[in-house]
Amino acid sequence: MNLALSCTALSKKFGEISALQNINIDVERGELFGVIGPDGGGKTTLFRILATLLIPDDGDAQVLGFDSIKDYLSIRKRIGYMPGRFSLYHDLTVKENLQFYSSVFKVDIEKNYGMIASVYDQLKPFANRRAGKLSGGMKQKLALSCALIHKPELLILDEPTTGVDAVSRIEFWNTLDSLKEDGMTILVSTPYMDEANRCDRIAMIQKGELLYVDSPKSLIDNYSEPLFAASSLDRFVLLNRLEQVPWIDLVYLCGQEVHFVLRDVKHDKLLEYFKKNEWGDVTISQIQPTVEDCFISLMKTR
Amino acid sequence: MQTNNTAIIEVENLVKRFGTFTANDNLTFKVYAGEIFGFLGANGAGKTTTIRILSGLSKPTEGIVKVVGFDAMKQSESIKKNIGYMSQRFSLYDDLTVIENIRLFGGIYGLSNKEIRNRSDELVKDLGIENLRKRLVGDIPLGWKQKLAFSIAIIHRPKLIFLDEPTGGVDPLTRRQFWELIYRVAKQGTTVFVTTHYMDEAEYCDRICVLADGQIKALGEPSNLKHEYQVTSIDELFYRIVKGEDRV
Repeated sequence: MNLALSCTALSKKFGEISALQNINIDVERGELFGVIGPDGGGKTTLFRILATLLIPDDGDAQVLGFDSIKDYLSIRKRIGYMPGRFSLYHDLTVKENLQFYSSVFKVDIEKNYGMIASVYDQLKPFANRRAGKLSGGMKQKLALSCALIHKPELLILDEPTTGVDAVSRIEFWNTLDSLKEDGMTILVSTPYMDEANRCDRIAMIQKGELLYVDSPKSLIDNYSEPLFAASSLDRFVLLNRLEQVPWIDLVYLCGQEVHFVLRDVKHDKLLEYFKKNEWGDVTISQIQPTVEDCFISLMKTR
Repeated sequence: MQTNNTAIIEVENLVKRFGTFTANDNLTFKVYAGEIFGFLGANGAGKTTTIRILSGLSKPTEGIVKVVGFDAMKQSESIKKNIGYMSQRFSLYDDLTVIENIRLFGGIYGLSNKEIRNRSDELVKDLGIENLRKRLVGDIPLGWKQKLAFSIAIIHRPKLIFLDEPTGGVDPLTRRQFWELIYRVAKQGTTVFVTTHYMDEAEYCDRICVLADGQIKALGEPSNLKHEYQVTSIDELFYRIVKGEDRV
């Protein structure tokens, strides 16, 4: 097997707090691998260890065949890392930031331009604008350009689309798709479940523990509870009401609907219950879960 | 929600220019008391500029802007005292405890010691964080920090609160808990002006406004807008409106 990443029994503590506990993950070359989980779950700690910025307390991480502690210099040349916080220089212009990163990696912008053309072309009209003055979507494009300019084999992206609008997010992920097609391995964390759905496999990390690793499709296929969507005029009132129903044990808002898991009874019994309580116009239907439903179910049941 | 026809924000022909760049290009809209008003737009569409004007931090170049009864051109200090504001970059101090943060902001908003005591007791009880009172804010989980920041932003009981991407980078479960909090406050009569990049959250608003190129492209109830544009979700609506423009 040709692995881009291999973590074995990885653990890290900060004082009393266990940020990562016994993490085992393998990522194959060419994979688009997503990491999801609540804030403070350990995603960033994992990424920092893999980017050789943090040393684990226990266990072992192999990145592109190199040891994350002994061979960290070899790793750094071969990966592109985009941290969660915008890490470029605010008071340098777009062009100067790119020049700075290419000089650090000792590469020629012209020669490697093909690597970043699809992203950087959109930034060209603002080449002389200071990075701090760019909008959120443009900042992310610049950060990605700087992470790509040395043609890395592995890209590590820590929540690259947080604060980015819905349209720019789609464009960003289209770019990731084409990088993947060119053979790049991508490790990415995200709070957006529609993005998680675009990964080959996703890992879910909560309280430093790995809860789940699989493809989005298997995650959805393994959802075994009867999931329903309900709607009525005031969905918050509906939410509060459904929380009181004895056969329902997982209720949450989902866009214009309220989703819930119904146990033990058929849905006509539920409709009867609505009628008896005079809840008015509520419609319900059984639905297929999305990755978002799976995430909520996994988190709630833990 | 209990919206009535009292406008708490009135914006008429608002223009804001920075040099030759027009960030807000002739905006006209009202926000009514008790509403949850969603303010959407692409990055760089001009949302932040508008919010800064509405919250008294910046002055319009042209137009009439009235917020909680005060004129944004001449009475920005009165606006600041009468609104709440929370952004995704928390305004809380990490190296103060929960209770110290509450006291600090209560003091800034001019509450008496007695009021601060009563409201901080109420607040920690409401959030169920009595056990975290003496913990440094930097040490409590992000989800709690967010709820605390929200509660502190309304400690002076403002009629209107601005939430600027309050759920940015937050996981699906925590986002939902946060929206239940927003809804609770709106039920009690506080007007909520909120921005978000999560289009499912746009569905939770009473009305939404979509900004593109510094102009209002759509304004109305989510269900009416979906009907008007013949789309099934706000996500689709947003994509259609924003995709058309040349974005910065």
